[in-house]
Amino acid sequence: MTAQASPLATKAPAPATNPPAGPPKSKRRGRRSIFVRRPFFTVSLIVALAYLLAAIFAPYVAPYDPVLQSYDAMMQPPTAAHPMGTDSYGQDILSRTIFGARFALIIGFFSVIIGAVGGLVIGLAAGLSGGWVEWGLMRLIDSILALPSLILAVAFIAILGQGVDKVVIAVGLSMIGPFSRTVRADVMRVRVQGFVEAARLMSIPSLQVVWRHVLPNVIFPLAVQVTIRISEAILVSSSLSFLGIGVTPPTPDWGLMIAEGRDFVSFAPWMSAMPGFALALLLIALSIVGDGIREEFDPKGRRGA
Amino acid sequence: MLVQALGKIGQTLVVLFIVSIATFGLLKLAPGDPVQIMLGSEYSQEAYESLTAEMGLDRSFLVQYADWAINFVQGDWGTSFVARTDIFTYGFKEALPVTLTLAFFSLSFAILIGVPLGVLSAVKKDTAFDAGSAVFALTGTAFPSFLLGILLIWFFGVRLGWFPVMGYVSPWEEFWTGIYHMILPGLTLSTYFIAMITRLTRASLIEVLEEPYIAAARARGEPSWRVIWVHGVRNIAMPLVTILGLQLGTLLQGTVLTETVFNLPGIGQMLTSAVLGREYGVVQAGVIMTALLFIGVNLLVDLSYPILDPRLRDRK
Repeated sequence: MTAQASPLATKAPAPATNPPAGPPKSKRRGRRSIFVRRPFFTVSLIVALAYLLAAIFAPYVAPYDPVLQSYDAMMQPPTAAHPMGTDSYGQDILSRTIFGARFALIIGFFSVIIGAVGGLVIGLAAGLSGGWVEWGLMRLIDSILALPSLILAVAFIAILGQGVDKVVIAVGLSMIGPFSRTVRADVMRVRVQGFVEAARLMSIPSLQVVWRHVLPNVIFPLAVQVTIRISEAILVSSSLSFLGIGVTPPTPDWGLMIAEGRDFVSFAPWMSAMPGFALALLLIALSIVGDGIREEFDPKGRRGA
Repeated sequence: MLVQALGKIGQTLVVLFIVSIATFGLLKLAPGDPVQIMLGSEYSQEAYESLTAEMGLDRSFLVQYADWAINFVQGDWGTSFVARTDIFTYGFKEALPVTLTLAFFSLSFAILIGVPLGVLSAVKKDTAFDAGSAVFALTGTAFPSFLLGILLIWFFGVRLGWFPVMGYVSPWEEFWTGIYHMILPGLTLSTYFIAMITRLTRASLIEVLEEPYIAAARARGEPSWRVIWVHGVRNIAMPLVTILGLQLGTLLQGTVLTETVFNLPGIGQMLTSAVLGREYGVVQAGVIMTALLFIGVNLLVDLSYPILDPRLRDRK
C-alpha cells in the first residue's frame, strides 16, 4: 500500500513537505539518539533482529533438518548433540525452534499487513463520511471489536480450514477491527486541521484532498501501529496452533510444539519449554520495541492524550 | 440520563444484530452442502429438493436468518452430533458456567493482587520495589498464557504436587475442592490482568495523588492510609472499570487457551472441538455467546459510570 503510494506522491511537485513529519523531527534533532536514551529498547531491538536473522538464515544456522524424524533419538533431554533436546518423534528441538522463528515472523508480518490494509479502508471510510453512513460503519467496527481477535480467528479457521496461509488470512481479518478504530481516530484528528480546511477552500477535489493531505498523515501512525501489533499477531497465530486448529504438523511452529510437549510435561518438560521461551522472549522484546516506538513516534502519546 | 441510557441500549441492539447476522452469514459460507452431507453419496434430485425445502434452505437469506434468530432466542440451537446433545444444553448450561467461573476467579485474583501492587508501586515510586513491579508488569503482559499454564503445571503440579493439574469441579457445588482446582487455571489466566491492573493503578494513582483534594485531605491531618486507600483509590475506579470492560475480550480469549491447557470443559474446548469436527452450529453458538457477554458487560460498564462518578449524574 505504502509502496504504491510513494511513486504517485513523488510525481506531484507540491507536497514534498509533509506538514506533520516536520515538527517532531526538528524536536528530536537536538537530543541524543534513541538507542542511547533507551537501553532496553536497544537490547530488545537487537534481540528481535537476531530472531529475524535466524529466520532468514534458518537452513544455515539450524544443525538438523527441522522435520527429520529419528527413532534412535526420541525425547532426549538437552545434550551436546541436541542442545535443546529432541521431541517425541526424535526431531531436533533447536532446529525446529529456529525454523519456528521463520513461521512466526512470516505469519505475524503478513497478517498484520492484511489487518492494516483492511483497517485503513474501513477507518478512512468511517472517518471521512458523515451522518448515517458513519454511524453504520461505526457500529460495524463495534461489532468486529465485540469479538476478541482469537475467537474471531477461530471462527474464520472454522470456515477456511487449517494451514499456514489460512492462519495468515484468519488472523489478518480478525485484526481489522482494532486497526480501523485507530485509523478512524487519526482521520478525525487530521480532517479538522488547517491544511485540510485550506485545501477544501481552494476547491481541490475531495478525493485528491484525501489522497494528498489526509492519507499521508494517517499512514505514519498506521505504520507505528503495525510494528506494535506484530507481537499480537504472532501471539494469536501461535495460540491457534496451540489449540490444534492453526498450522498443521509437522510444520515447526512454536504454538504447535508447545502443544505437543504439553502431554509429556511430567517427564520431558523441555519439549514445551524450549519453543515456549523462544516465543516468550520474542514477544517481550517486540513489546518493549513497540512501547519505545509508540512513546517516541506516536503523535497522540506525545500530546499527553 | 435516561435518554443517554436508552441511546446506548439502542446502539447495543444494532451491534448485536450485525454480529448475529454476520456470524449466521459467515458460517453459511462454510464449505460443504448440509443437504448433501445428510443424504450421503447417492440420492435422487427429488429427494435433494424435498430435503432442501424441509430444512428451509430454499427460502431467502433474511427469512432463514429471522427463523434462526427466533429459534436462538427461544433456546432452540440445534443438535451437536459430536457431543450428542442439543447445543443449548451443551453450550449454555454446561460450557458457559465453566468459562464464567474461570473468568470470575481470574478477575478476582487480578483485582485482589493487581490493585494493591499498583498502589504500593505508586506510593513507593522510583524505588527498587517499583522497578521490580514494572519488570513484572512488562513480562506479565507479554508472556503467553498457555506457556505459563504449562510451566505452572510442571512446577506446582508435577514437581511439587501441590495442586491438581487437570479436571474441573464446580466451586458452586463443592466449594473448597472447586477453588482448589481453580487456583492454577485462575493464576494462569490472571497473570496478564494482574500485570495490566498493576500498571494502570500505578499510573492513575500517581496522577490522582497530585490532585488538590489529596493535598486537602493531607492538610486536614487524615492518616496517610486513608488518604491513599479512600481518597486515592476511589478515584481510580473509573479508568479501572473502563479498562476491565474493554479487556473482557482478552479475558474471554484467555479462557479459551487456559481451558485447553487444563482440560476444562468450557466454551474454549467446545469451540476447538467444534472446529476440528466441522460443527458449524456449535461454532456459531460459541461465537455468539462470547459476543453477547462482551457486549453485555460493556453496556453495564457504560451504564455504571454515573454510579461510580457522582459528577456524571447531574448532566441531563
